[in-house]
Amino acid sequence: MADEAQTAQGIQVKLIQAQPIPLAIDLHCQPGEVLAMVGPSGSGKTTVLRAIAGLHHPENGSVKCQGEIWQDSASGFYLAAHQRAVGLVFQSYALFPHFTALGNVMEALAHLPKILRKERARELLKRVHLDGLEDRYPKALSGGQQQRVAVARALAREPKVLLLDEPFSAVDQVTRRRLYRELNELRRSLSMPILLVTHDLEEATMLADRLCILHKGVTLQSGPPLEVAAHPVSATVARLMDQQNLFTAQIISHDPLVQKTLLRWRGLVLEARYQPDYSPGSRVCWMIQSSSVLLHRRNRQSNGDRENPLSGTIIEYMILGDRVSVRVEVDKQLQIAITITVPVHVARRNELGYGEQVTISLLAEGIHLMPFVKLRGIRQQDELIG
Amino acid sequence: MDWEALLLSVKLSALTVLFLIPVGIVTGRWLAYRQFYGKSMVQALLAIPLVLPPTVLGYYLLVSLGGASSLGQLLERLFGHTLVFTFEGLVIASIIFNLPFAIQPIQRAFEAIPREIREAAACCGMTPAKVLWRIELPLAWTGIVSAITMTFAHTLGEFGVVLMVGGNIPGETKTIAIAIYDRVQAFDNESAAVMSAFLLAFSMITIAFSYLIADRNKNTYG
Repeated sequence: MADEAQTAQGIQVKLIQAQPIPLAIDLHCQPGEVLAMVGPSGSGKTTVLRAIAGLHHPENGSVKCQGEIWQDSASGFYLAAHQRAVGLVFQSYALFPHFTALGNVMEALAHLPKILRKERARELLKRVHLDGLEDRYPKALSGGQQQRVAVARALAREPKVLLLDEPFSAVDQVTRRRLYRELNELRRSLSMPILLVTHDLEEATMLADRLCILHKGVTLQSGPPLEVAAHPVSATVARLMDQQNLFTAQIISHDPLVQKTLLRWRGLVLEARYQPDYSPGSRVCWMIQSSSVLLHRRNRQSNGDRENPLSGTIIEYMILGDRVSVRVEVDKQLQIAITITVPVHVARRNELGYGEQVTISLLAEGIHLMPFVKLRGIRQQDELIG
Repeated sequence: MDWEALLLSVKLSALTVLFLIPVGIVTGRWLAYRQFYGKSMVQALLAIPLVLPPTVLGYYLLVSLGGASSLGQLLERLFGHTLVFTFEGLVIASIIFNLPFAIQPIQRAFEAIPREIREAAACCGMTPAKVLWRIELPLAWTGIVSAITMTFAHTLGEFGVVLMVGGNIPGETKTIAIAIYDRVQAFDNESAAVMSAFLLAFSMITIAFSYLIADRNKNTYG
């Protein structure tokens, strides 16, 4: 093994293949870190997990984990799944139906002497709050309980990496929230890299230290969830991060003195954060997060009001739990609308509602520029993948 | 009741099961998990005994096991005598004739095991041999029991192939099904009735047993 690999911490994965789905993956995850792989269905998330576990053999690639080499196409080296210390929680949990909860965990403890296995399996089940249910068969366990058995079984082998393949998709929302909390609590005691595959952005943001955005088998961007959401590298990433306020514009000029970039957007001039990488006259994509859009109080001015003020009509008003999603049409002719979410009490205080006139401000600091692409094109692609 | 014929039938059935079940497990698992060019041809070939008249199959076996064919000559050198009209010949014919009865239930049983369960076993550190022993065989068990009972019961009652390949030699190739025919030919309806009733009851019991096992399995794990 190479010296580099022996000193390497965490897991490094590089995968390239043309068939059956094209992959160009480059990702790493540190010990104790949770990396969420996010992307629409068909983006290759599960294939990446399977390649790490040794269940899928990509044409080209290298997988190095905690100083061990698991795959190295350059030297033709490939370890089979049972030789890799991985803990994998399948989307369907894949529990052995003919073993009890305890038996399922014990099957992954073959590395321990026989007399120690039962005790260790009990400990693991206790750790996932399943003590008392050891003798139940999977069939007699609820979805949430089955998921916990699967987690205990995955940890039993003392894995060098923990892989979670959409582990929350098969349970109801109440159970899911409880399992999120349990996973958050459990991960603090785990020292291996943890890779979570999900298509749920909220879940990824809640559980992961970093996101890795996958699209059509390619890793587009990695970074902390809030950073990726605020500063996507491309319009595609912005769209995958569910960014509603994504538009195109033209650069007018940059002003290094006041640290501002001026944009022409559909006849309006917008002030944006200073981003001199895009030359004046060029077209760009831009976005703004809802948190950078200020709703003007009806009868009181505030400081931010002067930044990019826009007036419009509310054309959509949706209550989503304790927040309200409001779509403000700022140009009826061009059908341009900005989406913001505000707490329910703010919406009530400002008497927001369908058809109401409001004024909003786009905070210059929150306007993020990205290379130009035709937005209609990405939307159609996404719908196809849907 | 022709006890000698019954004993011979039981011996033939037991030997057929003994040789055929390992073949059924290997072939059934192979067909369940592997995709390859010409798979449907292989499956069609293995299923032929289900649709072919037993006498036709018996005829081909008689020709190919006989001394005139090169296979027959090879077997003759191996066993020291020709295999037609002998018990060994019956066993070979019975194995070939029962191929679909052994392979198909086992293949379906392996197919019913989700791929993820096998993969989870590998991720638990089990070698492929251990996955087969600890996970696949226990989960495919009902299919294997079904294959055993079907093969056993089917061999016990087989007539056409046995008559073509084995003839009617007491103690060597005269099975219970042949004995029933023999008795009817000799107007000994009483013996024929006793033996027929025995075969009917036995078949009922074995099939019921295989359903019982399948149901119990489903209730525990399904």
